[in-house]
Parts: sequence; structure tokens; C-alpha cells
Amino acid sequence: MDNALGMSVGVTFVLLGSNIIISAIRKIIPNIVRIPIFIVIIATFVTVVNLVFHAYVPALYESLGIYLPLIAVNCIILGRAEAYASKNPLLHSIADALGISIGFMLALLIIAFLRETLGTGSLSVFGVELFTLPILGEHPIAVFILPPGAFLLMGLLLALFRRLGVIKGD
Amino acid sequence: MTNLITIFLSMALINNFILVRFLGLCPFFGVSKKLSNALSMGVAVTLVMFIATVATWIINRYILIPFEVEYMHIVIYILVIASLVQIVEMAIKRTNLTLYNALGIYLPLITTNCAVLGITLINATEAYSLSESIACSLGGGIGFTLVLIMMSGIREKLEFADSPRSMKGLPVALLTAMLLGLTFLGFGGMI
Repeated sequence: MDNALGMSVGVTFVLLGSNIIISAIRKIIPNIVRIPIFIVIIATFVTVVNLVFHAYVPALYESLGIYLPLIAVNCIILGRAEAYASKNPLLHSIADALGISIGFMLALLIIAFLRETLGTGSLSVFGVELFTLPILGEHPIAVFILPPGAFLLMGLLLALFRRLGVIKGD
Repeated sequence: MTNLITIFLSMALINNFILVRFLGLCPFFGVSKKLSNALSMGVAVTLVMFIATVATWIINRYILIPFEVEYMHIVIYILVIASLVQIVEMAIKRTNLTLYNALGIYLPLITTNCAVLGITLINATEAYSLSESIACSLGGGIGFTLVLIMMSGIREKLEFADSPRSMKGLPVALLTAMLLGLTFLGFGGMI
């Protein structure tokens, strides 16, 4: 859960920052070199997030490891820069960034909640233990903490959401 | 030498980029529908990984570290990878047009492949020497290609399987990735 929250904060900051800047300077970016410019702006914000996390939340920085700098190549951020911020006014782009970030955070939190609860039998957020399940606490389903558990949960959640009609299939 | 083999095997099998580190998932699910495309993609990524590793190692060793600007590595690495991909694209177009057409859109998209930026960042944080970095990048690239090929082979068969309607396509691919991941966990005891 901690990692999911930290990651969401990082992504929100980068997406918001890059959307604001790109939207503000969208009229002076030459069309032919727009992608390199977007990438540099995004990478700059990722560097800021990295330095801030390293300085103020070193434990979180350590546990996020390589995934924190990799926000720079997160398809969502470049995708929104290209598809939305480079074509729309500032306030709209801010709203777009916030909406996308909240969706991203929700998805991340659902997966993190299920993986931590099923995989360890208890849930704790930033060192505060929220609950421990009676039977799962003693015999957790360890596979959910392991990498394959993430694929399993994502596959099942995706199928469930499709069944419920929340998202459309391809 | 043993050290290099250890790094290679660890990157290719034990800490497999796709199944254990979740890097390069977009091409993994996007390009694994046909075996031939998967192979081309794997080869292209391995090639770019290798060149990017050598280039960023030199930049890191002789520019970033002496001037103490290591915190700039994300920006610099992305720029290096983006320009390298352009150069590789031009070189392939001039020398081998068939390969260029086979790779198509996937070649420029390697710029935003997390596996490529990931390998350069891993090399930087682990402070690997040049030979270790190369072993690491080849291991990562070959492990990536291996899993991509395995997955596309399975998905070609899955097309004909009678899976429930809401499971068709991506969900069933994710569950397949889980099974592959579970088998790859078995390599954990190798080293």
C-alpha cells in the first residue's frame, strides 16, 4: 500500500507538472520536435520527484527503487501530453491530469490492497497496522506478494470489470 | 568470468524483465500475438539495450561522475536512448530494408520502452563495470526475447481456445503470464 501511494503521488506530480508546462508552451513548440521536448520536460519533473523522495522519504525511495525514475517512460504521461495537453488550454489540461491521476491511483490502490491483504493476511499503511485477518493472517497466500500474483489479480480484475460492464473488451 | 555468467543468468531467468520486474509490459502484451513479430521486437529491443548500455556507461563514467551530476541521469539517458533509437532506425533502413519493414512502428516505440531505460538505470545503480553492464544488458535482452517468444507461441494457440467471453484477449493473456511467471520462479534456486 505504501508503495502504491508513493507511486501515485509521484505520477500525479509529474503528470500535473508536465501537463501544465506543455499546455502553457504548446503554441511555441515546433511540431516536428515536439516528442523530444515532451520527453525532456517529463524527465525533468521525474528528476525533481526523485530528488524530493530521496531527501524526505528515503525509505519509500528505497522500496520504490528503479520504478520511481521509470515514471519518465510511463506511457500515460507521454500519452496525455501528446493527446491532450499539447492541444488544450491550461485549465483543461490541469483537470485532465487530475482526473487521469485519480484513476491511476484507484487502480493501483485496488491491486495493492488485494495483494497485501491476500498475500500477508494483514494491511498496514505507513507503519500503522489497520487490520489482520483471522485465518489469512496465519496462513497468507504468499503467491499474491510474488510477481505472478500481480498478473493473476490484474487478469481476474480485468475479466470481472468486463463482466460487470465497467470497461469494454477489445 | 563466473561473475559475468552469474549476472547474465540472473538477468535472463531469475530476475526476468517481464515476468519478475514488470518492465517492458507494453510490447509484451502488444506484440505477442504473432510469433514472427515477437521475434523481431525481441531482437530490436536487445540490440537497442546493448547499444544504449555501452553509450550510457561511457557517458556515466566519463561525464556524469567526474562532473558530479549523476542526478541528471534520467534526463540524459532518455535523450541518449531517443537519439540512439533514431540512429539505429536510420542504419537499419539503409542496410536492411526487409528487417526495417518487419519491425515497422515498434522500432521508434522502443524509446519509451521501460526495459531499455530500466537496464541503463540498473547498470548505473549497481555501478557495474563495462563488461558486467554488457552481460547485464544481453541477459536482460535475451530474457525479454525468450519470454516474448514463449508468450506469442502460447497466444497463437489461445486464439482457438474456448475461453469465457469476458476472459478473452488480455485477461487470459495476463493469466498466462502468471503461469509463466510461476515457472520462472523455479529458476530462483539456480544461483
